[in-house]
Amino acid sequence: MKKSSLDDLSARVAKARKEMVPEEKRRLNESHAYGMAMRLVAELLSGLIVGLMIGWFLDKGLGTKPWLLIIFIFLGLAAGIVNVMRAAKQIEAAEMRKREQADKAEGNEG
Amino acid sequence: MEGPLAQFEIKTLIPINVGGHDISFTNSSLFMAIAVLGVMIFMVAGMRRGALVPGRWQLCVEMSYEFVANMLHDAAGREARKYFPFVFTLFMFILFANLLGMVPFFGFAFTSHIAVTFAMAAFVFVGVTLIGLAKHGFKFFKLFAPEGAPMALMPLLIVIEIVSYLTRPISLSVRLFANMVAGHTMLKVFGGFVVALGIFGIAPFAFIVALTGLELLVACLQAYVFAILTCLYLNDALNLH
Repeated sequence: MKKSSLDDLSARVAKARKEMVPEEKRRLNESHAYGMAMRLVAELLSGLIVGLMIGWFLDKGLGTKPWLLIIFIFLGLAAGIVNVMRAAKQIEAAEMRKREQADKAEGNEG
Repeated sequence: MEGPLAQFEIKTLIPINVGGHDISFTNSSLFMAIAVLGVMIFMVAGMRRGALVPGRWQLCVEMSYEFVANMLHDAAGREARKYFPFVFTLFMFILFANLLGMVPFFGFAFTSHIAVTFAMAAFVFVGVTLIGLAKHGFKFFKLFAPEGAPMALMPLLIVIEIVSYLTRPISLSVRLFANMVAGHTMLKVFGGFVVALGIFGIAPFAFIVALTGLELLVACLQAYVFAILTCLYLNDALNLH
């Protein structure tokens, strides 16, 4: 008797899960854009900030004002852009993986 | 009325002064202590019975364990299991901190202070770098040399890679900090609108309800992001590309 009630429960859970998926997906997509934007902006900005800091400290130490600051601002921007590209690639890869999984799950059900 | 940024103010609760350094117990420290205590109670009390068929609370504890364990395994592989306690602690601490900040009237999100988030990010950064150096020795610096780049561009690319590596603690800390500050400020500003508009305040009030939901999501999401980025950095240090 215990086993059958467990089977019953697992069937109910499976049914509830099936109904839940689209809702969850929709919500994820809405918040996704915001999170993505935040992440990319943070990457770009932090590149610039680090470039600024390195340049400023080196200038102060070596007495080469303002040249290293200028150079490192550009290097920082470049690093920021590299980081943004990497982050975008990561997000894309995660998206692809998610889509593949979703396709597989749908294939199993159908 | 208080400004929207007054909620982030640090207040000294118990002044302590050691050798000219102000290390007072502040409201920020108080909430860190509450967060640590909260995590401890959540984990210990949840696993108190350690039942084979878990109750609701125990299930929550087990889910959070499995969530972080899977995340670490997927992102950094088998070898990173050693560092599970650290990543788990980090995740739970930030999660509780962010959620504590959402408690009405009483909440204070200490993750909305760059000093706190940067300290955590700097610890992760230094720790991961040391782990990488200990594991690979001098080879670790290969991380900065992009493969298959023309020799003439190498110096420039290496400098860019190093700067990019140094941005990690900044972007890690700024992301958490900015999210928390933006969210809490926005809530406060719209809260001010509700009061100022009287009966028409119902519109911003409805917006705040939705915003609170979003903020709860952001609180969890940012804890997750901090933890997963730590895992990815660990992965970089453990398995050089």
